[in-house]
Amino acid sequence: MSRVSDAFKNGKAFIPFVTAGDPTLDVTKEIVIEMEKRGADIIELGIPFSDPIAEGPVIQEANERALAAGCTIDKLFDMVKDLRKTVKVPIVYLTYINPIHTYGKEKFMNRCNECGIDGLIIPDLPYEEKGEIKDVCKAHNIDMISLIAPTSKERITMIAKEAEGYIYCVSSLGVTGVRSEITSDIGGMVELCREASNVPVAVGFGISTPEQAKNMAALSDGAIVGSAIVKMVAQYGKDVVPYIGDYVEAMKKAVIS
Amino acid sequence: MSNGRYGQYGGQYVPETLMTAVHEVEAAYEKYKNDPEFQKELAELFAQYSGRPSLLYYAENMTKDLGGAKVYLKREDLNHTGSHKINNAIGQCLLAKKMGKTRVIAETGAGQHGVATATAAAYMGMECEIFMGKEDCERQALNVFRMELLGAKVHPVTSGTQTLKDAVNECMREWTRRVDDTLYVLGSVMGPHPFPMIVRDFQSVISKEIKEQLMEKEGRLPSAVIACVGGGSNAIGAFYNFIDDKEVKLIGCEAAGLGVDNPKNAATIANGSVGIFHGMKSIFCQDSDGQIAPVYSISAGLDYPGIGPEHAHLNEIGRAEYVPVTDQEAVSAFEYLSRVEGIIPAVESAHAVAHARKVIPTMSKDDIVVINISGRGDKDVAAIARYRGVELYE
Repeated sequence: MSRVSDAFKNGKAFIPFVTAGDPTLDVTKEIVIEMEKRGADIIELGIPFSDPIAEGPVIQEANERALAAGCTIDKLFDMVKDLRKTVKVPIVYLTYINPIHTYGKEKFMNRCNECGIDGLIIPDLPYEEKGEIKDVCKAHNIDMISLIAPTSKERITMIAKEAEGYIYCVSSLGVTGVRSEITSDIGGMVELCREASNVPVAVGFGISTPEQAKNMAALSDGAIVGSAIVKMVAQYGKDVVPYIGDYVEAMKKAVIS
Repeated sequence: MSNGRYGQYGGQYVPETLMTAVHEVEAAYEKYKNDPEFQKELAELFAQYSGRPSLLYYAENMTKDLGGAKVYLKREDLNHTGSHKINNAIGQCLLAKKMGKTRVIAETGAGQHGVATATAAAYMGMECEIFMGKEDCERQALNVFRMELLGAKVHPVTSGTQTLKDAVNECMREWTRRVDDTLYVLGSVMGPHPFPMIVRDFQSVISKEIKEQLMEKEGRLPSAVIACVGGGSNAIGAFYNFIDDKEVKLIGCEAAGLGVDNPKNAATIANGSVGIFHGMKSIFCQDSDGQIAPVYSISAGLDYPGIGPEHAHLNEIGRAEYVPVTDQEAVSAFEYLSRVEGIIPAVESAHAVAHARKVIPTMSKDDIVVINISGRGDKDVAAIARYRGVELYE
């Protein structure tokens, strides 16, 4: 089992996401430290990208703010390396494939090892194109976290069989963002994953309230929350850290209750 | 399912939510592309609705004026809706209908593909929504109203650079929101497989006709075919049936905006590098972190930071050549063709005319050059006037 999969051993996991570099990398660093302290089991850091096609407006705007504030891949790696002096929880990047490809995949994975990145979620790298970085990830022991969607159906088994870290179950059609209701058959999707794999399944997209997180975690192994946190960053800027702390604590409490 | 490669380029780099949909399009297209009924219906629409074949016109004045190769213009500007975009829009909307889809969505830059899709959707009784960068909506206000007249809903896209690439982003997002009843009618030879293949096949009627028409008029192949390239659909259409005829030079003209050395340009082959974006591996204008560059051209239709994967491949193997053309050269060619031949080309197509003006005088009188006039320039008149410092009210 990888470090990422191991993080699910203490009961249902709560996995917060934040776009790195919004409003600054210094604030992101404080956010990550606070998230771990308040109960996050794994932390997803978004590498800001000019054209995040899987994101709704909240995270799109965070990407724009982070890039405008000067966040680069190298600066982000340096920040993560610094974080690793204290933070033990698994950290995974959410990134589009182009930054990895153009930065140089070998160099990227070397830096992941050097700085302590455990896994990658790549929304525009579907199963059929995994070959792009599969070998280099394996050589560097980086988990490639696969996504499954409500449209995946018979693809779920194929994807789950090769899953690493955790399976990111996309709860709804469309892009990231807060939703008042999640109508997909999450239970059915999770069941298909479990038939094919021992890798934990976490549900994301649309979750914002403790009640939603609790319900989604009850059907799976954990809940992922992005837009609701990024929204707080947009609202409170550099003063956001305690707000996110309280939120993470409440969400963790909800998923294990 | 293949994943559509042209050498190292192409592929299907889309979110998992869309994989089932792209496979569905691929399967449907494989079925219909060899279906005589479908092909008959398409040929009928091309002939009766969009007015094909388009003329291959001998540009005698231009030939005399330039004093080199004999010049022919492939008049895609004479198609219904005024550009080559209708070839693909009719093809894909017909495919959507056969697939049982009731709604189409499309991105547009200059508005030509949006107008063509709105037209085909109106004809076929389908719901249509068009995504267009806010800046492009302002540059091409008439086309926005035209699409609305045709019954389409136009969404101005306010994210990113508010131009073509952002319109593509928004279309992809919209397709993940509503995929069951909707086909994304991609407007160029780009995006995930099978779109570069489908769009190329529907546009390849251009080179098929050029070949037949030139055989009839001159009894031989052209020395060169010149076309403008953004994503590259009119160019691949004009090149495709000549790819195996090695003696025919294929030249794509990219938008160099204020110049290839100025950051304000959109010359992908000249300035780009290999990347993976908008569903495909190809060449993109980007920085060393893989952030897509905010490109610029006077022509909204060429204002795109990438190029179709088949073009990237044709460039890599040396089968086609790609050259940069500046705003200034394109505007001058726009005015030139209007004055010399009485044909006002789209500012996109004017990029091809501009390069032709450079190379034709260096060629022999026995050479024949075909320039693809991919669209008509009515939509650009106000922008050209502004470029020349005249303020027109549309």
